[in-house]
Amino acid sequence: MSSEWPLWEVFIRGQHGLNHRHVGSLHAPDAEMAIKNARDVYTRRNEGVSIWVVKSVDIAASSPSDKGPLFEPSNSKVYRHPTFFDIPEEVGHM
Amino acid sequence: MYAQVIKSEGAKPRGEMSPEEIAFQERIDRGEKIEPKEWMPEGYRKTLIRQIGQHAHSEIVGQLPEGNWITRAPTLERKAILLAKVQDEAGHGLYLYCAAETLGVSRDELLEKLHNGSMKYSSIFNYPTLNWADIGAVGWLVDGAAIMNQVPLQRTSFGPYSRAMIRICKEESFHQRQGYDIMMKMARGTPEQKAMAQDALNRFWYPALMMFGPSDKDSVHSAQSMAWKIKINTNDELRQKFVDQTVPQAEYLGLTVPDQHLKWNEEKGGYDFSEPDWSEFYDVLAGNGPCNRERLGARVKAWEDGAWFRDGLVAHAEKAEARRAAAKIAAE
Amino acid sequence: MAAIIAAVDRAAFFEFLTRMGDNTLILGHRVSEWCGHAPVLEEDIALANTALDLIGQTQLWLGLAGEIEGKGRNADNLAFLRDAGGFRNVLLVERPNGDFGQTLMRQFLFDAWHHGMLTALTASADPRVAEIAAKALKEVSYHLERSSDLVIRLGDGTPESHKRMQQALDDIWTYTGELFVADETDRAMAEAGIAPDPARLRAKWEEIVTGVLTEAALKIPATGYVHKGGRRGVHTEHLGYILADMQFLQRAYPGAVW
Repeated sequence: MSSEWPLWEVFIRGQHGLNHRHVGSLHAPDAEMAIKNARDVYTRRNEGVSIWVVKSVDIAASSPSDKGPLFEPSNSKVYRHPTFFDIPEEVGHM
Repeated sequence: MYAQVIKSEGAKPRGEMSPEEIAFQERIDRGEKIEPKEWMPEGYRKTLIRQIGQHAHSEIVGQLPEGNWITRAPTLERKAILLAKVQDEAGHGLYLYCAAETLGVSRDELLEKLHNGSMKYSSIFNYPTLNWADIGAVGWLVDGAAIMNQVPLQRTSFGPYSRAMIRICKEESFHQRQGYDIMMKMARGTPEQKAMAQDALNRFWYPALMMFGPSDKDSVHSAQSMAWKIKINTNDELRQKFVDQTVPQAEYLGLTVPDQHLKWNEEKGGYDFSEPDWSEFYDVLAGNGPCNRERLGARVKAWEDGAWFRDGLVAHAEKAEARRAAAKIAAE
Repeated sequence: MAAIIAAVDRAAFFEFLTRMGDNTLILGHRVSEWCGHAPVLEEDIALANTALDLIGQTQLWLGLAGEIEGKGRNADNLAFLRDAGGFRNVLLVERPNGDFGQTLMRQFLFDAWHHGMLTALTASADPRVAEIAAKALKEVSYHLERSSDLVIRLGDGTPESHKRMQQALDDIWTYTGELFVADETDRAMAEAGIAPDPARLRAKWEEIVTGVLTEAALKIPATGYVHKGGRRGVHTEHLGYILADMQFLQRAYPGAVW
């Protein structure tokens, strides 16, 4: 038999309420064991309070060749960033 | 390092590169990261699989020499520290296999190649750990040498490899320190302990120097790998840096580096030192090191003995999935 | 008279604490033997976590034992300088690892007891015991979850995994009864409110074990035979070899600092 355990991507939310972050991958026979393995592999140093796993093959990703059209348009919208605006110092913190 | 004598493929002068290859090289030169689904030369992909695979194999075979002392660690705390450290190595192997898998090879395929001898692991793990100070020497010298190589590799061009190295370096910082901590205790302990410490240094010094691979003048694959930024420094650069860093640490311990030609060279700002015996290095690579058979044998045995366990869990997962599907149909 | 009673209690208390600490020490040692040899990387890492938890618990139990004994022995002295006859672990935990199924079955049967024991100890009249138990219970809850899950999966898995798990259960079943046999020490501890009477833990253990083994489609052996002796220092041949390994450095270089 010997079919390989599928690959899972692991996402962990740390202590401070930030978003789940991709931390790596691992192999497991199913989702439940993937979560247990993730606990044992990726939280050895107290890194997290919540774990998501998803089968690697189930991830839909943007195509690398679309990088230009997908991301470059936002380059020109500099006004979205707070540093675009000059606020006089007298106004104080904003 | 943990990846020695990696055969690099597809070295080409710029004039012979295709437009795609030129664009690829320019991205690397600009410091961009290459991600798995992006176009890459076949040689880059193959060389990386070989290098990351060998690095991963080294981590898991590297569990064995230190694992050899887990049941004999002299205190409960030392036992826990050593176990945690060897466990980290399994973790590092796991991260690296996952990085290699993004290149289109499976972990099982890589393990198969380790087991049938067609892929190698670092020569250092074919040396035995004979006394407790060896556990200190492995942490201090072997991890020390590894870190020397891994820190720059955090900047390597392949994204998943770089991210694995960042994670590994973060976790590894305690490994070398725990090794040196053992050496300090031993070097300042009873005469017997000090003798063990010196003995460990005597046996691990040259094998540690060999970890960086053959001299640059004999290292035929370096140039292409360096152009691709999957090798950052030359073997000799790293070896020199390692010696310069380690000699004062040995002096602090009151131990003698087993090299009568070791001498500070003011002009080059580093130590002159003796080359390791490269014929021994090639013997070890060819399978004739003191522990090659035991190390590979232990890995193959673990894998073969575990087949029923891995298969059993797959079978259960499939049955459970089928049962869930059947229950869903029945409910509808 | 009061002083004599206190002395008896202290000896019993010490005895009880070494039973707790020796169980985790010897089982932690056994589990750590797998490091680098497990069937798959993820499992290698998970098992090391279990062993690390058990070693950590050993430091706490034997540390407190040394304190209660009051003869200046610390956890390391107790672990590395007693001979086999001084060890108080149950025979179950010194059984050889065997194949991975035997290791998991031993772990599961022990975890199910350990969980019940620690749960009871969180209500110990001695706050130090209650505190150690509360910390250990969190770790052991996970051990039990993991080992139960794997026993169920492998019992269900392939015909071979089922056969191996049944064999593992048959081989080790007669070593479980010792966990529930009470003696003078246990009665003294129960009377003082420090620890439960072991017999009281049996019903809950049977409930967990029967539940998991039924789900795993494994058959509980019919025999009621109980191998015992570990808790009063009469061990199997295996313990001597464990100690020869574990205590080698401390014995060969007395007085050295590591």
